[in-house]
Amino acid sequence: MTARARWATRVIGGAALVTTALTVWLGLWVTPPAKVMGTLARLLYLHPPIAWVALYCAFGLAALSSVLYLWRRTRSLFWDRLGASAVEVGVVFTALTLVTGSLWGRPTWGVWWTWTARLTSTALLLVLFLGYLALRRVPADPDVRARRCAVAALVAFVDVPIVAFSVDWWQTLHQRGTVLNPGLTLKVHGSMAWTMGLGFLAMTLVFVWMVLVRYRVELLADRIGDEELEVSLSERWAEGATVADAAVSLALPDAAPAASTGQGAAVGLVPESLGGRR
Amino acid sequence: MWRDALLVAGKDVRIELRSRVALWQVLPFAVLVLVLFGFALGPGPAALRAAAPGLYWLAVLFSTVLATQRSVAIESGEGTRDGLRLSGIDPAGVFLGKAAAVAIQLIAVQVVLGAGIVVLFDVHLQTWWLALAASVLATVGLSAAGVLYGALSAGLRVRETLLPLLVLPIVAPVLIAGSRAWSAAVSGAVASGASWLKILGPFAAVYLAVGIALYGPLQETA
Repeated sequence: MTARARWATRVIGGAALVTTALTVWLGLWVTPPAKVMGTLARLLYLHPPIAWVALYCAFGLAALSSVLYLWRRTRSLFWDRLGASAVEVGVVFTALTLVTGSLWGRPTWGVWWTWTARLTSTALLLVLFLGYLALRRVPADPDVRARRCAVAALVAFVDVPIVAFSVDWWQTLHQRGTVLNPGLTLKVHGSMAWTMGLGFLAMTLVFVWMVLVRYRVELLADRIGDEELEVSLSERWAEGATVADAAVSLALPDAAPAASTGQGAAVGLVPESLGGRR
Repeated sequence: MWRDALLVAGKDVRIELRSRVALWQVLPFAVLVLVLFGFALGPGPAALRAAAPGLYWLAVLFSTVLATQRSVAIESGEGTRDGLRLSGIDPAGVFLGKAAAVAIQLIAVQVVLGAGIVVLFDVHLQTWWLALAASVLATVGLSAAGVLYGALSAGLRVRETLLPLLVLPIVAPVLIAGSRAWSAAVSGAVASGASWLKILGPFAAVYLAVGIALYGPLQETA
């Protein structure tokens, strides 16, 4: 990652912090309690933005980068790392969606969990992408792993609408979308609407920041893996050299002048002894 | 592609016929699942009859995982995957062939399970064509998704534990739509049952298409 990218990450992180703090302040102190829901409605400044990030930003980005990885002309480990970072952050946000929804559901519906369409399909989505993370944990060659994970992400992604439809038919009790309802009329008013909009911005910024940081971690982990391989390779080489040296000095115990030629022979021996190890 | 598919399917089915793994392991497992469900729900016929369609499809799902694992295991012998790749067979053909072989096993499993819920759970199908259509569509979808994920987890040492985690959430729509369609077939509510075929059909089509498109890149990974 270049210095400029690191700088951009820091700026986005700062913006995320500021907007999140503003959302908290507006949401908890400035906005009035809602008419029907009372102070419970304050969860609405957070829950829909989190769900938006999880369902659209994270998994959309993951699917996009998987396609770009699988397409030969744009194949690069960049897309693999980006997709993996997006899924990982997406899983966190999906879990948060379920938790915040559950916190809202307990006082509103009287239960932590109901088998409504949205809850069920979100839970399934979480399990789907947990599977992706499990697949990613399996050690493999980076290219092999990247291809596997790209396919897994795409397969999971095409499953999302089918899951949504089937679960929707299976049970429909959950309220319709508040902002993105079919008529696209905004049902939230005044300062509350502003706060909710800010919440969307804040959560999106948090998402972008987390993906950037996660990408950097992924990159560094790969680099450390490569470096460790090189270090242990050179250690083996050195080992081979000392073994070869010992062999030569054993073979020629009292021929001091032969030491220089012996060393030359040892260098020549190293690749062979390494080849033998493999 | 189709000829290659036939070749691969023929090979897999022949291996199954000779090794009898499906016959002696997958089928008894499916029946065992039904019996265990019976124990879990108690002997009351009303409860069993109400739950039968869902239990049937759960047993089918578990059998799909087993059949898929077996289908991957066939290819995991020394050099088998390389041999298959070097034979010049179209990857899409390999995918379709392996899916067809799994589908044949699933059909056998479903025949036994169908008889099982009729005998053990006292279920009578009012509209058998609806149940049949749901089963055929679901079988195509299950085997396509199963083989695709099988290829994904092929060559991994953690395959046995990873595959169910990957496959079962993916095929959840089949469980929902299949059990609803079968419930409708039992109660004779044709209209509501037929609408569930609108989930099973696209599911099968989507996973066949995804499998044909992505099996090639997956095979390269071995």
